[in-house]
Amino acid sequence: MKVALFATCFNDTMWLGTPRAVVTLLERLGCAVEFPTAQTCCGQMLTNTGYADEAVPLVRSFARVFEPYDAIVVPSGSCTGSVRQQHAWLARRAGDPGLEKAVTDLTPRVYELSEFLVDVLGVTDVGAYFPHRVTYHPTCHSMRMIRVGDRPLQLLRAVRGIDLAPLPLAEECCGFGGTFAMKNADVSVAMGADKARHVRETGAEVVVAGDNSCLAHIGGLLERQRAGVRTLHLAEVLASTEESRA
Amino acid sequence: MSRTFVGMPKFPIAAHTALADTQLRRNLGHATATIRAKRAAVVAEVDDWEERRVRGAEAKDRALANLDTYLLELEARLVEAGATVHWARDGAEANAIVVDLTRAADADEVVKVKSMATVEIGLNEALEAAGIRAWETDLAELIVQLGDDLPSHILVPAIHRNRSEVREIFLREMAGAGRPAPDDLSDDPARLAEAARLHLREKFLRAKVAVSGANFAIAETGTLVVVESEGNGRMCLTLPDTLISVVGIEKLLPTWDDLAVMMQLLPRSSTGERMNPYTSMWTGVTPGDGPQHVHVVLVDNGRTDVLADVEGRQALRCIRCSACLNVCPVYERVGGHAYGSVYPGPIGAVLGPMLRGTQGEVEKALPYASSLCGACFDVCPVRIEIPELLVHLRTRVVDESRGGFPSAEGLAMKMTALTLATSGRLEKAQNAATLTGRLLGSHTTLGCLPWPLTSWSNARDAPAPPKQTFRQWWRATHDGGRP
Repeated sequence: MKVALFATCFNDTMWLGTPRAVVTLLERLGCAVEFPTAQTCCGQMLTNTGYADEAVPLVRSFARVFEPYDAIVVPSGSCTGSVRQQHAWLARRAGDPGLEKAVTDLTPRVYELSEFLVDVLGVTDVGAYFPHRVTYHPTCHSMRMIRVGDRPLQLLRAVRGIDLAPLPLAEECCGFGGTFAMKNADVSVAMGADKARHVRETGAEVVVAGDNSCLAHIGGLLERQRAGVRTLHLAEVLASTEESRA
Repeated sequence: MSRTFVGMPKFPIAAHTALADTQLRRNLGHATATIRAKRAAVVAEVDDWEERRVRGAEAKDRALANLDTYLLELEARLVEAGATVHWARDGAEANAIVVDLTRAADADEVVKVKSMATVEIGLNEALEAAGIRAWETDLAELIVQLGDDLPSHILVPAIHRNRSEVREIFLREMAGAGRPAPDDLSDDPARLAEAARLHLREKFLRAKVAVSGANFAIAETGTLVVVESEGNGRMCLTLPDTLISVVGIEKLLPTWDDLAVMMQLLPRSSTGERMNPYTSMWTGVTPGDGPQHVHVVLVDNGRTDVLADVEGRQALRCIRCSACLNVCPVYERVGGHAYGSVYPGPIGAVLGPMLRGTQGEVEKALPYASSLCGACFDVCPVRIEIPELLVHLRTRVVDESRGGFPSAEGLAMKMTALTLATSGRLEKAQNAATLTGRLLGSHTTLGCLPWPLTSWSNARDAPAPPKQTFRQWWRATHDGGRP
């Protein structure tokens, strides 16, 4: 099986620890992974802000770069959702049936990280060690757009040493929402303030999620409060071992 | 005279004000949490809820796909049953019809059943301009009307008020509109309901004309349906001699079987009840029983424009249950008035711009009044893909602005698209970021960012750019150090 990592532009640029953890984790599980360096971005920020025309070249480039692979692993529920649920629409809108076909052929091979681990590799215990009190925030797009269900929690429960605290009102949006965080900053912060409060109620040291975008928002609020809670992507917890801790 | 939504500020500005209203935040938080829990409990009782949602969506889609023939069937059955059918292209035409019919009945007042369609077309204001008083008889609409206020929720228009505010409104305003509230009125819900009942009863008994909407209009028999909780609707629909029903053309259902599907979906989704207390159905005129003059005003008011939009037409499935409002984290914090239009919440952010077009400042901002969290789709009983429709509308707003002088946002998005077009360009931009990261030394977070990023950093710290990108790490460790 030829496996590619789609790091996502945001992780590639701002959060190298996350795609690096995916590589470490998959290699530990005996799965060779490639990073096609021509990759850039799924275009979600453009699409969701209304700039569909500008997003189409990114759809085209995504389909071309990842076409040769059997599985494409994405450490983001949101970017996975954009590829699966928006790329075909963008291709159709651009009046490009060839691209639409390429996209619909490709998207069944695009997996969010927890889907790839549980459904494709068939593992829930990935041999991780993370002796901290953790609460898990299910991001909206992992939960309601691509429906990862409890796969991330299955993976977290199998981590040795972890003290997993349930997050109150976990399924409520944190308020990030892409450019919503800027265009409607007041509402975004009001939603995030409640999410941060629920995180603090758990007494967790670490809040974990499958999307660094949501974590940047939640973490930005917690950091501003000097709350003493750090954020970590699911991949980094799963890559953590006694020898190499996250 | 109630206020109107005309001239209200666009969403981000209205939301800023609403967020600071602590009483509103508390009232809404309490009310939406209660109704969310009720809905979740009664929906969980139904094993095949998902199948019912699919059947509900199919029934509405079938009606909408053949709306032209079904509407003519509805008209024919209504006329056979002794009703008079009127067609209105827009709100102004519908209002003129209702004014004329009221005058023809020699009446200077009407009692009203709660109806979103009549709020949408501004009927109360049109009646008032014609010297006709319109009395709202739904408890929450009465609170809104007496308080010179605006509805803030589709189902519970006074959801932004708590009972002590309702008591104050009743004590202050009821006397000016009819029977006064008792001096010793408390904020006990039973006492408040009693005051409303006594106040309304004299209006029910006096009225010659009633105005209603309809939840559904069944084409095969020409039957209209009103679903309600309080029984005030039943009073309006049975006591006066003339009944005028203002019905949006998308309310049509082909058959009674379709109604059965809807009645399984609507009460559980809207009030969180297995079945609502009062469901009234009437088919034209029944001689000697109930209204002897029955009029139905079928209103377009932008609906055929929505129907012509292949991607957007599913919004016309909406049965106004409000489940999407109650579950929406944005609505819960800002309330209905911030949306600046009759239909608030997620479905309002879709329906408003679709019905009225995307030219106005309020309508341009509404599709962006959502974090696209998707909770609305999950509870929608007719499976309207609200997040997708919001994105489609955003695309429409942006496309309509193309060709002119580009906005700052437009320029930023074009620059982003160009940067992301090739990995080479992305890498150049990343190199600038990592250089900044190295210059920042040990800083891992930033407390303030330059404009326009201040809207992020005003309340949130931001991560400092890292000293290395992932692709630099990959090259160094996996790609044989190739550049």
